[in-house]
Amino acid sequence: MLNHKTVEKNSILMVILVLIVVSIGGIIEIAPLFYLESTIEKVKGMRPYSPLELAGRDIYIREGCYNCHSQMVRPLRDEAERYGHYSLAAESMYDHPFQWGSKRTGPDLARVGGRYSDEWHTTHMKNPRDVVPESIMPGYPFLATTALEIPDIKGNLIANQMVGVPYTDEMVEKAAADLKTQVDPDADDVDGLLERYPKAQVRDFDGNPELLSEMDALIAYLQMMGTLVEFTSYDADANKR
Amino acid sequence: MDYQSASQFAQSYGLLYLFGLFIIVLAYALWPRNKEKFDKAAQIPFEEE
Amino acid sequence: MNLFWIALTIIAALLGILLSARAADPGMMIHGMLFSIAAVISAFALISRHYRLAQAPSLGNGGGGIDYNIDIVKAGVIASSFWGVVGFLVGLVIALQLAFPVLNFDLPWTNFGRLRPLHTSAVIFAFGGNILIMTSFHVVQRTCRARLAGDLAPWFVFWGYQLFIVLAATGYVLGITQSKEYAEPEWYVDIWLTIVWVVYLLVFLATLWKRQEKHIYVANWFFLAFIVTVAMLHIVNNLSVPVSLTGVKSYSLFAGVQSALTQWWYGHNAVGFFLTAGFLGIMYYFIPKRVNRPVYSYRLSIIHFWSLIFLYIWAGPHHLHYTALPDWAQTLGMTFSIMLWMPSWGGMINGLMTLSGAWDKLRTDPVVRFLVASVAFYGMSTFEGPLMSIKAVNALSHYTDWTIGHVHSGALGWVAYISFGALYFLVPVLWKRKSLYSDALVNLHFWVSTVGILLYITAMWVSGILQGLMWRAYDSFGFLEYSFSETVEAMHPFYIIRAIGGLLFVLGSLIMVYNLWRTARGDIREKEAGSLVPNAEFAGAR
Repeated sequence: MLNHKTVEKNSILMVILVLIVVSIGGIIEIAPLFYLESTIEKVKGMRPYSPLELAGRDIYIREGCYNCHSQMVRPLRDEAERYGHYSLAAESMYDHPFQWGSKRTGPDLARVGGRYSDEWHTTHMKNPRDVVPESIMPGYPFLATTALEIPDIKGNLIANQMVGVPYTDEMVEKAAADLKTQVDPDADDVDGLLERYPKAQVRDFDGNPELLSEMDALIAYLQMMGTLVEFTSYDADANKR
Repeated sequence: MDYQSASQFAQSYGLLYLFGLFIIVLAYALWPRNKEKFDKAAQIPFEEE
Repeated sequence: MNLFWIALTIIAALLGILLSARAADPGMMIHGMLFSIAAVISAFALISRHYRLAQAPSLGNGGGGIDYNIDIVKAGVIASSFWGVVGFLVGLVIALQLAFPVLNFDLPWTNFGRLRPLHTSAVIFAFGGNILIMTSFHVVQRTCRARLAGDLAPWFVFWGYQLFIVLAATGYVLGITQSKEYAEPEWYVDIWLTIVWVVYLLVFLATLWKRQEKHIYVANWFFLAFIVTVAMLHIVNNLSVPVSLTGVKSYSLFAGVQSALTQWWYGHNAVGFFLTAGFLGIMYYFIPKRVNRPVYSYRLSIIHFWSLIFLYIWAGPHHLHYTALPDWAQTLGMTFSIMLWMPSWGGMINGLMTLSGAWDKLRTDPVVRFLVASVAFYGMSTFEGPLMSIKAVNALSHYTDWTIGHVHSGALGWVAYISFGALYFLVPVLWKRKSLYSDALVNLHFWVSTVGILLYITAMWVSGILQGLMWRAYDSFGFLEYSFSETVEAMHPFYIIRAIGGLLFVLGSLIMVYNLWRTARGDIREKEAGSLVPNAEFAGAR
């Protein structure tokens, strides 16, 4: 049935023209982001997520937090006052994928790290209206009672390595141990963890040392957000985009 | 590649490309000889059975 | 050949069981089972089909004319009506959750964060996608005057797409997501959709190759651009590395800025090519058919086509104004978004003016009212869009409900209304009925859902602008006037109004389903028996 007369040119020509027209726009807009040196600022302090923070981030993604919370402070006066210094491209350079969000049903979280106590976060997660009466956020009490179960945390780090996050082989090797160490200040290798992941916060986050829960991971992630870059050494004028 | 040269390219050749494409489309659509073809094409939905 | 396909489904079933047994996490275990069940069902269907065909060899259509594949379009009508109601209902649920957070029930499977992607995917991909596949299969057959290409292939596209929907939807509820808006399904579901989509493209192209018309009708241009571009967007945006081949989790290839722009290049063109180009294909066929006159200007439709697909692809960065995306990209996105206003309105004028000389149909035919209202909403939201892409406006509107209202004026007003118009047109044609069951019910559906849309978008305008202004309000001492929680509290009444609007829209869709069901059965509402708008194709077949 399909002889060469019926496989006719017009439809194929149209597919090709459409592909040309639509791919040029995408290429010209996206490709330079990989090559232009000014796209990502040079900053001090950025490092890959610790295994526990990464696990927390994966829970943040799983529960769809990005649907209501942005992680992108815009350079506008009111946002600087409400949330802090505007977000830098460098701050999400290890985010696969980005979590900038598109809607603020709840507040921006890019700099939420260190703003509230662990206890506040735990209470808030269990029932947000206990600490913020006007809140319309769902409660996540199950996070505190669910043990953090990751089939293979090493695999998560290796996958990140493959997409370009500079995890060292040592980090990958010690991933499972680091996961546990970060919730236990008395553990043996706390110093090693801090060397691998400077500024990592080591403590039991959810107030229940008996269980390494999903809540521990999520709060560890929230508490580190926006705390890595050293703004004392950041020169905004040198990084004009 | 730095930003300056990229933007210069976009503002010259980029603009030209855009405009050229638009002219080609306009010419194809408005070319007098194509009128009959298009008038016939517009009737296609009514020619079933 | 049949045996080959049967063997393939059995292999797929075994693969599913294997995946399920060796799964690294509960998500993959469940999805392996689902895949396997789907494969077993298809194996049975293929086997019974094999015996059926062996007993009664092809009958042909027993007469002149073209033996169109009507069954596949009928299946599409049923699937899209079903998913439409489901998607609208989930939308109503999450609207109520925002007004009354207790409705989240504090469970993992019912919280807003997991149900919101369920709503967006159900309405865009399950409802919209089925509408697009179904109408494109109808239009390409009719305008090529050729039977849809392929025997099993169209059915693979149909059922494969339904499986994609089920995998995606169950995945969201289980917490399986890539967190990329409108591209949430994980890597293995993406691969499955890619396979289905390539077959879809081939079926569509092969039908074009069989055509008896020299010229390819413009509606097919739009469908073709939609299929090809969505394939490209889907593949590039979903590039990722899975943690394990037996696990659900993956990490996307791009990070940070690059990830953001790729995502919104995808996201905006999902709007541009899925929700616009595809549905314009519907407009360019169904409006001329329903009012029985050719499109106002065929030349304009060609200019419309090329300028639309050319400009749309650049507009994505307007979703990232004032972010860490470089300024040049933001400016580029804004410029093209504003230019996009022109082809959009060109298309709108072309659609509306098709009625010139037949404006009375707006009064006499409620289906035409749906089609025309949809084009009017298209004009409205394609004016609002460029406006919101201006950086100064965007600084206020972004992150607020204004965006949600804008999306819904396009999604409910344009996409859903043109789909409803197509459904009302198609059911009498496909089931060979003289007319719809009732035109009065179409009219009721129209007004109920129009009031719903108006409540929805006005509530979102007010709440969006109000919240945007509250966030940037300063008191006389130069401090921020409102805490974030105060701005959340201020949204409450508007969230209730929005939910009422949504409820009306759901009710309207239920009225439609009832009407379509009675039509398919061959019923006529007695009161209206003398005044129903006749199905032109039915009379023509006499």
